[in-house]
Amino acid sequence: MKRYTGLWGKLYIALILLLLYLPIGVVVAYSFNASKSTAAWGGFTLDWYISLFSSSEYTDPLLNSLLVAVISVAGAAVIGTLAAVGTASRSFRTKGAFESVAMIPIMIPEIILGLALLSIFGLMDLPMGLPAIVLGHITFCIPYIYLVVRGRLRGIDKSVLEAARDLGASSLRTFLTITVPLLAPAIGGGCLLAFAMSFDDVIISFFLSAPGADMLPVKVYSSLKLGLTPEINALFALMLLAILLLLAAGLGAGAIYRRASSAGRKTAGKDGLEDSTAV
Amino acid sequence: MEAETILSLSQIRKSFSDTEVLHGLDLEIGRGEFVTLLGPSGCGKTTTIRIVAGLERPDSGRVILNGKDVTDLPPDKRRVNTVFQNYALFPHMNVYKNIAYGLKIQGVDKEEIRRRVKEMLELVELPGFENRRPAELSGGQRQRVAIARALVLQPEILLLDEPLGALDLQLRRQMQRELKSIQSRLGITFIYITHDQEEALNMSDRIVVMREGYIEQAGTPAGIYEHPATRFAASFIGESNILDGRLGEREGEASVFETAAGRCLCAAPTAKTLPADTALSVRPDDIQLTKEPPAGFTLSGVIEDQQYTGSLLRTTLRLTDGTVIKSNRHGRLLGQMETGQQVYVSWNPAHAAVIGGYAPAEKEDSRTVCGEAEAKA
Repeated sequence: MKRYTGLWGKLYIALILLLLYLPIGVVVAYSFNASKSTAAWGGFTLDWYISLFSSSEYTDPLLNSLLVAVISVAGAAVIGTLAAVGTASRSFRTKGAFESVAMIPIMIPEIILGLALLSIFGLMDLPMGLPAIVLGHITFCIPYIYLVVRGRLRGIDKSVLEAARDLGASSLRTFLTITVPLLAPAIGGGCLLAFAMSFDDVIISFFLSAPGADMLPVKVYSSLKLGLTPEINALFALMLLAILLLLAAGLGAGAIYRRASSAGRKTAGKDGLEDSTAV
Repeated sequence: MEAETILSLSQIRKSFSDTEVLHGLDLEIGRGEFVTLLGPSGCGKTTTIRIVAGLERPDSGRVILNGKDVTDLPPDKRRVNTVFQNYALFPHMNVYKNIAYGLKIQGVDKEEIRRRVKEMLELVELPGFENRRPAELSGGQRQRVAIARALVLQPEILLLDEPLGALDLQLRRQMQRELKSIQSRLGITFIYITHDQEEALNMSDRIVVMREGYIEQAGTPAGIYEHPATRFAASFIGESNILDGRLGEREGEASVFETAAGRCLCAAPTAKTLPADTALSVRPDDIQLTKEPPAGFTLSGVIEDQQYTGSLLRTTLRLTDGTVIKSNRHGRLLGQMETGQQVYVSWNPAHAAVIGGYAPAEKEDSRTVCGEAEAKA
């Protein structure tokens, strides 16, 4: 691989990184800006962080979004994993069709899915609000987990599962003690992916929301009409921090896992997937 | 079988997507026996033990384990354990947990599990390896863990699916000895799969030679080597010279056998109903080469090639009808005969086995013949 060691190479990379991260840096910087205007620097302050948490204007939507994301991801993890395991272990005529259909929620434009969910929930007389949003989010979270788990499942040696049965484990016990632990990195990766999708979803949340059940992205989106407030900068800076911490934890856990079972891959197959999804 | 029957397979048939791989297999195995299923890949030997393990369900036929019909029982309900070809250790568990897995399911208490795992690790000569992960073990060590994991449950039968296939030759030999000694110490019935005839010959109490879903011959290693029943058994186990011809009159202890290249003698077959058209199998080690025509034999040929390997002199001859004969004689006989020289071929009639069937163009045909020969024997 060619290494960018020359002066121009380094400059080029610096420029790209600057363009990528400057906007984010600006948001973080302005969260400490004493001036309310985004055009001028008025000195350092933590006021926006204080005012962010002194009212529930943004913290309630934040909690709603976190709650919806956690429940949706958990639900989707169970359904997606079972779907992947179920379709992998048997062959049926409509398997190909099933796998394509399972992808539909992430293939079709989100606005169509939102509209479709709105109509079906309306038909079912299901009230809009957080429960409806959770159902909607589960719908589009499933494919992410299904995809990642299915990929990992292909790398698991079937004879390991047969060995468990052979040693006296029922099929349920085999699933819980062998299949799930071997799939754990993939399930975790799929969950992170689905969490990101759920947490910043605007369109479906917008279609299914009810007054009093604001989701953070929707709230931010609608408050843009009044201009970006410094509290939003503070909130984003905090979220950025949380994401960086999570990423660090994920990388650390990944490294520990790899060291502990580096040859799990000999029998359990490629771990490439888990690497690509952890990022 | 002398010993009490522990496993009996009757009329087992199994197909995979319209291809029948087992065609009504019958097999009885005695308690404590070391039985080897020997055959080339695709002969149905793996399918057979997977059916015994319960990992595969036969399309028809019964599996009787220790007097009980287990045909429809899932693998976790049979006291049969398997050592898989690729070991199939649980990659996310250490050696201790791998071996303890089955005991834990049985609800054995912790102290007892600890004791039995330790005992097993000593048996397979891996004490102190409890905390290693499978990834940190060599092929031979993984093999031992897989054996310990299966044996710790004290199965009625241990199934081993080419367990030494992935090991290098030296380790293989060592593991062969160890497996054999473990088996005779514990007295557990072993059903062992291999396609390596040498391994089969030196480990087994009994060998079952399989081909294309049929049992070609079953018997002791020496019995099969010295009296192969079929052309396939003769050529798959050890080297063999096969001569087509017709069985003639009895001449004392021996029978006359007429080939296109001349007349020779063979052991008088016990079966009376062998067809006239048949074949002889003679091992290269039993071929005698002489410059003078021996009594009772009129076979002669020209030496085409001689290979000296120190202990052995491998000679290739071509008989007058074109049949190629291989002979292994003692290395010291080097120089007594020249390439291109004409010599006479003979053997001790007791060492020439009549094998059923003439040119088995039709598998089914030769099989009926073998079946008859075996039934009468």
